[in-house]
Amino acid sequence: MKRLFSISVFALMVLLTFFYACKPDPQLDFTTKTAPISFPIPQGWPKPFYNFENNTLTSSGFELGRKLFYDQRLSRDNTISCGSCHQQFAGFAQADHAVSHGVDDKLGVRNSPALFNMNWHTSFFWDGGVNHIESQPINPIKNPVEMDESIDNIIVKLNADATYRSMFKSAFGDETINSQRIFKALAQFMGMLVSSNSKYDKYKRSEAGITMTTQELNGYDIYKSKCSNCHTEPLFTDYSFKSNGLPLTVIKDSGRAHITLNPADLYKFKIPSLRNLKYTGPYMHDGRFNTLDEVLNHYATGISASSNPDAQLAGGIQLTTQQRADLIAFLNTLNDEEFIKDERFKEVK
Amino acid sequence: MKYSIYALLALFLINIGCRKKDDPVTQTPVTTIPQINIIFKNTVDNKPLGLNNTKYQNANGDTFTVSSYQYYISNISLFKDDGSEYKESDSYHLINESSATSKQLTIKNIPTGDYVKIRFLIGVDSLRNVSGAQTGALDPINGMFWTWNTGYIMARMEGSSPQAGIYPNNLGFHIGGFEGPNNVLRWVTLQLPSKAIVTNSNNTSIYINSNLAEWFKTPLTINFSNISSITSSSYGAKMIADNYADMFSIDHVE
Ligand code: HEC
Ligand code: HEC
Repeated sequence: MKRLFSISVFALMVLLTFFYACKPDPQLDFTTKTAPISFPIPQGWPKPFYNFENNTLTSSGFELGRKLFYDQRLSRDNTISCGSCHQQFAGFAQADHAVSHGVDDKLGVRNSPALFNMNWHTSFFWDGGVNHIESQPINPIKNPVEMDESIDNIIVKLNADATYRSMFKSAFGDETINSQRIFKALAQFMGMLVSSNSKYDKYKRSEAGITMTTQELNGYDIYKSKCSNCHTEPLFTDYSFKSNGLPLTVIKDSGRAHITLNPADLYKFKIPSLRNLKYTGPYMHDGRFNTLDEVLNHYATGISASSNPDAQLAGGIQLTTQQRADLIAFLNTLNDEEFIKDERFKEVK
Repeated sequence: MKYSIYALLALFLINIGCRKKDDPVTQTPVTTIPQINIIFKNTVDNKPLGLNNTKYQNANGDTFTVSSYQYYISNISLFKDDGSEYKESDSYHLINESSATSKQLTIKNIPTGDYVKIRFLIGVDSLRNVSGAQTGALDPINGMFWTWNTGYIMARMEGSSPQAGIYPNNLGFHIGGFEGPNNVLRWVTLQLPSKAIVTNSNNTSIYINSNLAEWFKTPLTINFSNISSITSSSYGAKMIADNYADMFSIDHVE
């Protein structure tokens, strides 16, 4: 029994090594990759909210999810994929777009959020209207200004493709293609998008050769006193809903109140992470700011009383020029270059 | 030897895990005994429900027609005269007026005995509303799912009424919301007028009427010129659920 155990541990390790070390290769034999993988939780991080319950993580499930994520056939006119609005080089946000850009060049009203560390999210969308990562993709697919496609039609398109049929078989045991399997595979891909290799992370893990400059450490202190209540370590958000006092626009997006119907939740949005800011702009739920300077100007003098700002922000956050530079230097240590270049997350052409 | 037992056990478990659940929408009563059939008949007061052409009146006197009618029935339990309960496993059914087979449920392999009471939930329990991607009756492809504010539409009727304000006189009541003060989930418990006797050689059917008129009757009489559309979890949805909570009755058992 013991021998059997050690053989299976060895096999698992071989598989894991394979999964983490290999570059994606479209020629991979899908039949050998059905062993369950355990989700790696970065050192010092809390337990994830979702850990693939009822959705066994395997490398074939992940690869199927990746293929679906980058497949334009998920949209009505076969022009838009999830990856069109969630681009890896932009931390899986949509670069240069204040609000989302879908089929027929239709614009949405909200900014495409960055996608990383999704398994720690307790809800999805800026207003938290979606309660499960697997229930999320149906939204952009059916949304007339995003992909505008029906699930039935996607199933027809995918069934016509032998590669998909064999990938579904490898991931789920047979060739059946249904909405549940599509959503579970997408959740496997998105769940694996973990960003935990910024300079800050390496410093926290005391990795050899990693030091923070005095300026970065000063910035860290400023962050701790001014930002950490909302943008809490180590995810740099606590995923709660607050208003940071952005002046209302003509759209008057009611935010969280749209879901809860509670006036106390007016103009509150899910706090975004401060990781990967270098790549994820423009910022805020409607992409109104292009630079961190604009963001800090807002926190200093822009807080609007009419948008239900959180009490902590009364009077704004005033920083000297030096403090501002220090804070930005610290925020820059949260950029994870390895994540945005990670071969596993790239589109397989 | 030992290993082959483990292997067998593993195979057995895999086999259980992989068994495909019968699709409740396409299921028809077959004669595997013992079993109970539950047959739903939709009505508007005393008249059978007919889609599109038949005109009905609500309690307020407004005329209306119905173009589609669907609701979830879940968590069915049957109780014997000794008080013991049989819970159907993975019990989720979408009753759709326009699909005859969806209105006939079969509960297979139920213990033999004399059943006197049935209980079920109108809608999908809150747990399944927060558990991610589902299939079968709960597949969002069935159109009974809100995407922007995750959750099932527990019951839904569409139709028209000259009193309805929205062009072209549409009625659309999409009743959902599984938490908070506007939770629309309602349990229904019905005593059977005569025992449903399940033996190894006899299968029984329970005929249940569902009266759509109750949606608009009591405690809150609905005037279509005031309310003709509900499409989100709201106080209005809760009121309709309070109204329809008593729409089910047992027609007969045979
Ligand atoms: C047309 C652009 C567009 C497309 C295509 C698109 N998204 Fe999004 N995505 C958005 C926007 C905008 C939001 C935020 C919506 C909101 O908050 O109302 C979003 C939000 C999300 C979120 C929630 C993130 C969070 O922080 O809560 C996830 C996950 C996601 N999208 C995954 C996907 C997947 C999977 C697909 C493909 C099936 C996809 N997106 C296709 C624009 C898009
Ligand atoms: C009271 C809570 C709170 C505090 C304190 C706070 N923020 Fe925010 N922050 C938010 C909320 C809420 C949003 C999202 C607002 C929106 O889009 O409507 C946000 C958004 C941001 C964004 C945009 C991120 C993106 O991806 O769009 C940045 C950058 C940011 N904050 C930086 C900071 C910095 C730096 C500090 C400290 C100087 C700080 N915040 C303090 C609540 C807070």
